[in-house]
Amino acid sequence: MTADVAVLGAGMHPWGKWGRGFVEYGTAAARAALADAGLEWRDVGSIVGADTVRGGYPGYVAGATFAKALGWQGARVASVYAACASGAQAVNAARAQILSGLADVVLVVGADAAPKGFFRPAGGERHDDPDWLRFRVLGATNPTYFGLYARRRMALYGDTPEDFAQVKVKNAALGALNPYARYRKRVSAEEVAASAVVADPLRLLDICATSDGGAALVLSSMEFARRHGAADPVRIRAVSTVTPRYPNTVLDLPDIATDSAAAVPPPDETFRASIARAAYEEAGVGPEDLSLAEVYDLSTALELQWYEDLGLCGEGEGAKLLREGATALGGRIPVNASGGLASFGEAVPAQAIAQVCELTWQLRGDAGDRQVAGARVGLTANQGLFGHGSAVLAVR
Amino acid sequence: MSRTRTPVVTDWFTGDGDDFRLLGTRCSACASVFFPREDGHCRNPACGGGELAEVPLSRRGRVWSYTDSRYRPPSPYVTDPELPWEPYALIAVELESERIVVLGQAVPGITVADLTVGMEVEVVPGVLSEDAETTWTTWHWRPAGVTA
Repeated sequence: MTADVAVLGAGMHPWGKWGRGFVEYGTAAARAALADAGLEWRDVGSIVGADTVRGGYPGYVAGATFAKALGWQGARVASVYAACASGAQAVNAARAQILSGLADVVLVVGADAAPKGFFRPAGGERHDDPDWLRFRVLGATNPTYFGLYARRRMALYGDTPEDFAQVKVKNAALGALNPYARYRKRVSAEEVAASAVVADPLRLLDICATSDGGAALVLSSMEFARRHGAADPVRIRAVSTVTPRYPNTVLDLPDIATDSAAAVPPPDETFRASIARAAYEEAGVGPEDLSLAEVYDLSTALELQWYEDLGLCGEGEGAKLLREGATALGGRIPVNASGGLASFGEAVPAQAIAQVCELTWQLRGDAGDRQVAGARVGLTANQGLFGHGSAVLAVR
Repeated sequence: MSRTRTPVVTDWFTGDGDDFRLLGTRCSACASVFFPREDGHCRNPACGGGELAEVPLSRRGRVWSYTDSRYRPPSPYVTDPELPWEPYALIAVELESERIVVLGQAVPGITVADLTVGMEVEVVPGVLSEDAETTWTTWHWRPAGVTA
C-alpha cells in the first residue's frame, strides 16, 4: 500500500457545446477547485495539465497553458497525455510529486473543446500510426469498436439491446440531477429504441457524445491538509496506470488486430480487469468494499462490461446486475451516480478528473439529490487508446 | 482510361483470387505472429528476439464479432461526398491457428443481417476506393461459400 494524498478541492466547468476554447473551461474549473479548497493559486507549488490534441500547441502543453492563464507564479509544471486516461495520469503525476516530497499542493486540470461528430485522427499521411490507419483502411470510427463489443456480448452472454437501453435510462435519470452534466433530461427505453442506429447494434442514445468541459482537483499531502484545517479530507488511496500484458487478445481501439496468442498463452485476466485489480491491490480493498463506482460508459454496453471487469459481478452477469437494480442509486453498488458519459459526453482530458470530482463530492456527502448514502469508498475506471489503464480509488 | 491498382497499405496482403492472403510476420525464435506486420523486433516480452519473416495468414476464420458504419466516416477514409452514404459491415475475424483477431470490411452487399458470431468467413481481394488514376485495393471478409 502507498500513502494517501488529500483531495482539498474539486471543481468543474459545466459540460456542453459552448463554442469556446479549452483554456477557458480549464481555468474556470481550476478556480472553482481552488475556491473549494480555500486556497489561492499563489499557494500552489505545482500544476499538472492533462493535454488535449484538439487545441493546437497550447493543448500539448496544457500545464503551462493553464498556469499562464491563471497568472504565472513560478509553480513547477508538467503536462501529460494518455488519451482518455490523461486525467488519471495527471492525478497520478501530482500524487507522485506529493508522496515524494517534491510538492505540498498540486493543481490538476484537464479541459477540452470537442468537434462536432466523430473524433478523427490528426492530419497527414501516417502509415505508421494505427489511429490513422484504422480510419484510412477501414473507416473504423470509435462507435464501430463499441458496436463490435456490444454484439460480442449479445452472442456470448445473451445481452439484448433492451438491456443496453436500460443503462441509458439509469444514467440519464442520474444526469438529470447533476448541474454539471450536458444532458439533464430523463430518457425512456422507447426513446433509445427510436434513435438511429450508428454502429449496429448500438443506437445514437447508446453512444456517448463528444463535449466541451473542464475539471480540476487540488491535491495535497495529508500533513498539509491537517495544517490547512482539513481534518478528515477525501483521500486518494490508489491510482492504477497499468498497461496490457502480451498477448492482449481483446481488440482494442485503435488496433486493426489483436496480438497473436499462438506462441504465448494469454494472461489469466483481460487488460480491463487488470486495471481495477491493480487499484484494489494498491489500496488493500476489494470490490465488496466499494460504495460506488464511476466507469467509462463510452457506450451503454461497455458499462455492463465494466461491471464485470471491476468484479462487481461474474463474467457475463453485467446485464443481470443492472436488471436487479444493484447499480442504480439506492442499489447495492451505484455505478455512474454522476450520470456518466451518457449524460456528460466525453471531454477527453477532463473526463477522468471529473470522475474523481464526483467521488469527492459523494464521499463528502455533498452530492445532493444523487447522493449515495453513507459513501466511504469509491472507484473510477477508464481505458485510454494505445494501452492506457486508469483507475482511481478514493476513501473517506 | 486504366487505373493503376495500388494496395492501400504496402505489404499487408498479396495475390489474386484464391491465392489472395493477408501477410504478417513470424518470429523465428518464439513463433509469435504479428499482423499488421512487425518488422522491427519481436514484441513478445519473454523473447530475446529472432528474425521476423513474412508469413501468409490463414485464409479462413470465424466471426469474433461484427458491426457496421451507418454514417460516413471522417477523413482520411475516402468517400465521394456527392454520393449518398452506403453503409458497410465490419467484421472481426478470429484465425484459429494464429490465435489472432483481424478486423476488415465485409464484401459489398453483405450486411449485419447476413452475419452471426462464429460463422466461417474467408479473406478475398477487394477495392477500397477509386480515383482518377488509382484503384486502391484492400482485403475483405466474405462468408464462406458465398461467391462474388
